[in-house]
Amino acid sequence: MPIVKSVADLMKIKEQAKEKIQVRKTADSESKVVLKVAMGTCGIASGAKETFSALIEEIDKRKLNNIIVVQTGCMGYCHSEPTIEVIEPGKDSIIYGKMTKDRAGELIQKHIIDGELLQDSIIGKTHQVAK
Amino acid sequence: MPNVIINDIKVEVPENVTVLEAIRLSGGYVPTLCHMKLDDIKIENNPASCRICMVEVAGRRNLAPACVTPIAEGMVIKTHSKKAVNARRTVLQLLLSNHPQDCLKCAKNGQCELQDLASELFITTNPYMGNKSTHKKDVSAAIIRDPSKCIMCRKCETMCNSFQTVGVLSAVDRAFDAVVKPTFDLPLEQTNCTFCGQCVAVCPTGALVAHTYIDEVWQEIDNPKKHVVVQTAPAVRVAIAEEFGYEPGTISTGKLVSALRALGFDKVFDTDFAADLTIMEEATEFLDRIKNGGYMPMLTSCCPGWVKFLEHQFPSLVEMPSSAKSPQQMFGAIAKSFYAEKNNIDPKDMTVVSIMPCIAKKYEAGRPEINSSDEYKDVDYVLTTRELARMIKEAGLNFDTLPEGQYDSPLGESTGAAVIFGRTGGVAEAALRTAYEWITGKNLEAVEFEAIRGYEGVRVAEVKVGERTVRVAVSHGLGNTRKLLEDIQAGKLQLHLIEVMACPGGCVGGGGQPFHHGNFDIIKKRTEALNRADRNMPIRKSHENPAIKALYEEYLGKPASEKAHHLLHTHYLEREWL
Amino acid sequence: MGKYKQFILICGGTGCSSSGSGDIIDSFNKALEEKGLKDEVQIVRTGCFGFCEQGPIVKVLPDDTFYVKVTEKDVENIVNEHIIKGRRVQRLLYVEPSEKEKIEEYIKMPFYKKQIRVVLRNAGAINPENVEEYIANDGYSALAKALTEMSQDDVLKSISDSGLRGRGGGGFPTGMKWSFAKRAKGDKKYIICNADEGDPGAFMDRSVMEGDPHSVIEGMSIAAYAIGAQKGYVYIRAEYPLAVQRLRKALNDAREYGFLGENVMGTNFSFDIEVRLGAGAFVCGEETALIHSIEGKRGEPTSKPPFPANSGLWKKPTVINNVETLAQIPVILLKGADWFRKLGTEKSPGTKVFALAGAINNVGLVEVPMGITLREILYEIGGGIRNNKQFKAVQTGGPSGGCIPAKYLDTPIDFDNLIALGSMMGSGGMIVMDEDTCMVDVSKFYLEFTVDESCGKCTPCRIGNYRLHEVLERITSGRAVIEDLDKLEQLGNVIKDTALCGLGQTSPNPILSTINYFRDEYVAHIQDKKCPAGVCKNLIRYDINPAKCVGCTACARVCPVQAITGTVKKAHVIDQDKCIKCGACYATCRFGAISKI
Repeated sequence: MPIVKSVADLMKIKEQAKEKIQVRKTADSESKVVLKVAMGTCGIASGAKETFSALIEEIDKRKLNNIIVVQTGCMGYCHSEPTIEVIEPGKDSIIYGKMTKDRAGELIQKHIIDGELLQDSIIGKTHQVAK
Repeated sequence: MPNVIINDIKVEVPENVTVLEAIRLSGGYVPTLCHMKLDDIKIENNPASCRICMVEVAGRRNLAPACVTPIAEGMVIKTHSKKAVNARRTVLQLLLSNHPQDCLKCAKNGQCELQDLASELFITTNPYMGNKSTHKKDVSAAIIRDPSKCIMCRKCETMCNSFQTVGVLSAVDRAFDAVVKPTFDLPLEQTNCTFCGQCVAVCPTGALVAHTYIDEVWQEIDNPKKHVVVQTAPAVRVAIAEEFGYEPGTISTGKLVSALRALGFDKVFDTDFAADLTIMEEATEFLDRIKNGGYMPMLTSCCPGWVKFLEHQFPSLVEMPSSAKSPQQMFGAIAKSFYAEKNNIDPKDMTVVSIMPCIAKKYEAGRPEINSSDEYKDVDYVLTTRELARMIKEAGLNFDTLPEGQYDSPLGESTGAAVIFGRTGGVAEAALRTAYEWITGKNLEAVEFEAIRGYEGVRVAEVKVGERTVRVAVSHGLGNTRKLLEDIQAGKLQLHLIEVMACPGGCVGGGGQPFHHGNFDIIKKRTEALNRADRNMPIRKSHENPAIKALYEEYLGKPASEKAHHLLHTHYLEREWL
Repeated sequence: MGKYKQFILICGGTGCSSSGSGDIIDSFNKALEEKGLKDEVQIVRTGCFGFCEQGPIVKVLPDDTFYVKVTEKDVENIVNEHIIKGRRVQRLLYVEPSEKEKIEEYIKMPFYKKQIRVVLRNAGAINPENVEEYIANDGYSALAKALTEMSQDDVLKSISDSGLRGRGGGGFPTGMKWSFAKRAKGDKKYIICNADEGDPGAFMDRSVMEGDPHSVIEGMSIAAYAIGAQKGYVYIRAEYPLAVQRLRKALNDAREYGFLGENVMGTNFSFDIEVRLGAGAFVCGEETALIHSIEGKRGEPTSKPPFPANSGLWKKPTVINNVETLAQIPVILLKGADWFRKLGTEKSPGTKVFALAGAINNVGLVEVPMGITLREILYEIGGGIRNNKQFKAVQTGGPSGGCIPAKYLDTPIDFDNLIALGSMMGSGGMIVMDEDTCMVDVSKFYLEFTVDESCGKCTPCRIGNYRLHEVLERITSGRAVIEDLDKLEQLGNVIKDTALCGLGQTSPNPILSTINYFRDEYVAHIQDKKCPAGVCKNLIRYDINPAKCVGCTACARVCPVQAITGTVKKAHVIDQDKCIKCGACYATCRFGAISKI
């Protein structure tokens, strides 16, 4: 029995499969939004891994597809871990501190979707992050 | 009907013709080399590979091969523009550059299409000489292959594969050394080759030629100790004159006989005599099979190419053919027994030569099981019609002024039934003329059986013989024969008698006849000549031949007697399909 | 089974596979297993990324890091530093030669910046052995659209309007070919995919077959629907075992999912595909020879007309399309003919995949819009000439094409422009030649190929090409006369005018185009008995300058035929009769005492 018996079947499989590889596609797009989660030792100790997972969950929940979450090394703001750098094309990047996993939803909803900065969590950039 | 312009002349041509056909219909000319169309037997060799017939077509960047380019309304064609002629010459020079330059020693000297073309295009220099491909020669008793002379025209491949369905010859290897040869370059004698010689009949160069025995026959004639007799097949007398410029279909029996006598043969006999003998034996066998429930249908066995085909391809049917030998072989057996004894000649001092339209006969004479004695061969040498013509020229005889000679007795008398052996349907007709009278006991008035005449590949007819209905089939070409046999094996046809000839049109189209160069009309004219000869014979039924009656009375007793069996019958082998 | 957070894409094309990407994948799997990261990081073996010069290639997503020349030993490093700690491994990043800048994201690389990957859309992005990844990327959606929303004529119109021309070399309008076949009468019709890819140095089709086989299956299915065919064949050369394997897997998956077989996706369209392997004959890439090969006959071309669209496989209407042509069909149907027309030029819309090879820095596969100039491809995408040598010519179109010199570098590439320059697009091979290339030797090299691959059927190709080669052999060994040059041109032109098939008709092209643009090199070989590029062995001479030779004996020791004599500290001498021109002495001398003239 063929697995795809109709166009509807095809579309269903497509939706499911798309989710799995969507992240790879977005990465190639020039207009993507990048959320960089610092994953140095201090970050991990402060729960950055959980933040990372939570961000992904929130993005999936809202079916956003132009945004990726990336882990990087320590950005140097060890005093405010976990830290997240939000890079949007055409704008200056913003660094947020103390972004534990319960704040993931807020970041996505307020900053990404509503376009409102989380003023009280912004950390001033004190240095250029060495790549 | 499309209107085209050929060499600045407007012509209207039929729909769906090629540029080549249009050129010819308009009275124009363009040379060809690989093209061959034999409509009557539905054979076309059209690989468009030689690239000689290239013509210029307005609006087309490159040249067009006339043989395969379809005509279109408004086409403007130039057959001999500077570009076309230059290309044609270059292509021919390329062919010549990879060809042995030994015309003066080649068996096809004077009859080679490549040579003719070089002469026609007046090739006096060749800037493209270089390395040549080397191949080894293959010499068999009947056919000699020299692949270094192959020009990849594929005519032999077409005859062997499409017409004969034997499939021994095909293009092998690629690039510069590509030639047509048997698989693994095996010698023909190790393949399924039937030696039908149709490859030789169509090969334009000396790549495929018959194995000639002219020198050996001269030696025999010059040897005073040898009594050399010669027999002539029916199909020779209606073709040999072509080699001397006569129209195809000229009957020159008388000149043939006096030429042979002048060459020095001690006796000039006629294979036709033995053809009547063959009918006596075969008709007897046929009646015996009908009466006593023997193997049906009975197949004629006078064509050695056909016999070898059966042995390789349908070995389970080796009981089907008549056990009677072919006329050539029967003649040899009778000459070295009856004739020799009557004239006090030791058969070991006799040489029997046959003049045949056929190449397979050269092979047949060498079959070990065919001879009637362990001490000598029934037939020593077989010469083709073409070889005889060369001997006549070598002896300086003027064919035009040769007198009308008569065959010698007692092996020179024959009937109309015998002479039509040379064409497809002839053997069956001859057999029916005798079988009819033997079965019904009545005189047969209508001796011409139209229903089995013609050029269709397989012809089937029902002949009323008294109370019985005899179903007869005639096929020419081994491909057609294969279909017939397969139908019989599948039970689709119930037949009593089948005549098979391997060559197109029968023996008149044999591999040893003057070359037809793709013109089937020549074969048709020879056929019509045989029918004319038949009508002109006083006796037209084999069993009425007084010399045959005398042979039985004096020597053999009756057909199928023990002596007849020993001398005039043979058996066949189950051969592998290689 | 948690959501994957990271993806490691490793190139599984033939190039990188033979450089060990298989072992790299195994190492990654092991390392991730050890570190307990198997559920977070997905390893994907993809098709060819195209940047073959820099393989094996590993790409990490989503942060889009492009690692080049990765070895098995680097895996540990990548896992520890990049995956776990989030720090890119700098030494594995691509360094752009002119700026000496490290580039991480591949879309910023000059190699990829100007490329528009339509045919290669999935190569390097998905796992070719996973049909669902293909589906996720709009796979089989075009087929679904064709079968349920479009009539046969709608599909034909879409392809015709797009202006797509065959990518196998002929450049024949695909829509027109399909229309002929649809109109032709026949109880059976066939689609054949020509995956024989015989041009030496060409590997476009191979990369598509290895990296995205489903795109070809889908393209064939759409073609079959449009013309009314029930059966398809992929004729693929046996020298591509990896592509054959990926294709067979894809066919099995397609059947399992119901994209091939009876009643595809619930419609009354039924179609299936069979694989046929080639047997090492370049000529079987010619469509009629290919057809006869499938029929079990000798792989020889036959005259056209009749054309396969009217009378092809077993004398039935048959469409034969190249792999690259078929791979674009689904995209054209989904995005529309107008979208396709926006790419490329008016007479040659769309993109073309080129295989860049030879004396160029960035050897690999590139897909660019038609109309891009040769200069852009060679210098911007290709990264310029290797080792800073001088550009001499670029050969396009394989053994059927010609060489294009520097003065035409600003020509926009399309079918017609290349023909006007005496070359052709062919299947997309682009061999770059520098100052060290001898153009006479180049034409001899190509001719050796066509002489060997000639099927032998027609006189001009079988014998004519062989004769051309004999002349070139004389020229490169210094035994030619000036009339030989005219002979090459005259014979070459007759062969072009009289040969039966494309192989013979185009085989003189390399010779004719090099004589046209580099005649002086031929004259030098013939009259001066010299090879200006220093390639033709019989025309080079190595000499020791006694003024510079210090007698170190290094050259004498390295000479394989003991042609150099001399005592220590005394000038050495080369015996020209013994010398085999291998150049070992020239390469060894540290004093510049040996000259090559």
